[in-house]
Amino acid sequence: MIKIDVDMTKCQHYGQCVFEAPQVFKLNNDDKLEYTATADESERANVEAAIDVCPMQAISIVE
Amino acid sequence: MTEPVVIVGASMGGLRTAEALRRFGYDGAITVFGDEQYAPYNRPPLSKEVLAESVSHDAVAFELRASVADVNWVLGTRVLSADLDHSTVTDHNFEVHPYGTLIVATGLRPRRLHVPNGDVRGRHAVRTLDDAIALRAELVPGARVVIVGAGFIGCEVAATARKLGCEVTIVAPGVHPMLRPLGQELAAEMQRRHEAEGVVFLMKREVTDFIGDTAIAGVLLDDGTTLDCDLLVEAIGSHENTEWLDGNDLDTTAGVLTSNDLRAVRRDGSEWSNVFVVGDVARFPNPVYDNECRRIEHWNIPTETAKRVAQVFTGQAQGEFRPIPSFWSDQYDNHLLAYGVLALADEIRLEDGDISGDCVFGYYRDGVMVGVCGIGMRSVVQSYRSNFV
Ligand SMILES: Cc1cc2nc3c(=O)[nH]c(=O)nc-3n(C[C@H](O)[C@H](O)[C@H](O)COP(=O)(O)OP(=O)(O)OC[C@H]3O[C@@H](n4cnc5c(N)ncnc54)[C@H](O)[C@@H]3O)c2cc1C
Ligand code: SF4
Repeated sequence: MIKIDVDMTKCQHYGQCVFEAPQVFKLNNDDKLEYTATADESERANVEAAIDVCPMQAISIVE
Repeated sequence: MTEPVVIVGASMGGLRTAEALRRFGYDGAITVFGDEQYAPYNRPPLSKEVLAESVSHDAVAFELRASVADVNWVLGTRVLSADLDHSTVTDHNFEVHPYGTLIVATGLRPRRLHVPNGDVRGRHAVRTLDDAIALRAELVPGARVVIVGAGFIGCEVAATARKLGCEVTIVAPGVHPMLRPLGQELAAEMQRRHEAEGVVFLMKREVTDFIGDTAIAGVLLDDGTTLDCDLLVEAIGSHENTEWLDGNDLDTTAGVLTSNDLRAVRRDGSEWSNVFVVGDVARFPNPVYDNECRRIEHWNIPTETAKRVAQVFTGQAQGEFRPIPSFWSDQYDNHLLAYGVLALADEIRLEDGDISGDCVFGYYRDGVMVGVCGIGMRSVVQSYRSNFV
């Protein structure tokens, strides 16, 4: 399992992360980010890609 | 000999290339030269919130992954020249460094105004952290700020300066701010929104000189009028940092010309097998649109080009390189988000929402969608992204 953290004081809800790891991130009906706080190890590469594309650099994997 | 990899430019493009090389399995030596004193950091906040709050390297630094812990970062060091025939670069101490593979990641620098009385204090541009720190110090309440140029960076700085209580005037030659990337409707609407926040636009005007002895006190415009100011922000576009590659028979007009695989191209059209270009400085063909080679100054391009270079380098590239440019911009509470190349459009249609509120526009060339841009309504904007993939 990996633990995912999004710093919601940084996140501007651009949703770029959604394309990289759709299992973990999504924009809800109010265009706000929702994400699962944990994910299977197999999602690591996708979450790392999401970290790369987040304009606000708000996402981290908490080891 | 592909080793060692030498990357010139220690910003997002350089960092992402180092990371991607590791991710795709290259475990040889990597050296990154950067002329700034800082480890790679994120530039977009420099014209936005971070300019209003605090500007420090900590606040904008990219996290350095464990995978790049053994990368040799040579910061505060400018590369003066490269000799591609002999596979070497020379740094500002005249030390010569051989490479097996060269990655060009030197990005852009701001274009500056050239006027007779140019040697005055109070002139700013925003590209680097040091630029933002210097500008931040002068954005005090009541300061009279003149911004030359009405592109994204000019408009973002305007919004931030208004929030900080400055008086802001934008002087630019175009009809509306951000007209070329956004098109008539959205550009005119964004101008209205800026005006509602108190920004004054002097459009179709140019600055011809500065007033002031040691510090800037005003600007002279092309219609003969003058405008008082305490500081000036020059946001009139950029120059490519390619001079260090001069003398190598590359096509460096408007960026370094590359093949679709991001290999630098000689003037005779042949490719350097061991010289790649990433990020803002790369001028590459993107078959998503056509075969025209373009430089794309958007934040997702360093990451996309870095990944492609690592795939090509390690023999894992498949198909064509077809990145979808994407950009965003925050001005007050207006969150612009776009995919595609909006400037290619010959027709713009309102797809959703209302121009005075949140809205989404589609950009079409010969009836085919080439871009989408919205204010707010991000999920709607995103739903169109698949049109380009
Ligand atoms: C203020 C600002 C706001 C932005 N906002 C947005 C936004 O909201 N949305 C968006 O999509 N994009 C935005 N961008 C664009 C985005 O930041 C760039 O696309 C991105 O930084 C490009 O990265 P790069 O690594 O290619 O180039 P750069 O970041 O320009 O890095 C090049 C590096 O190479 C160094 N260098 C140059 N020459 C040499 C040399 N000879 N030797 C050694 N080092 C050298 C430079 O000093 C620099 O550190 C913004 C840019 C700026 C400046
Ligand atoms: S990409 Fe970053 S800023 Fe955008 S929604 Fe995801 S976490 Fe938030």
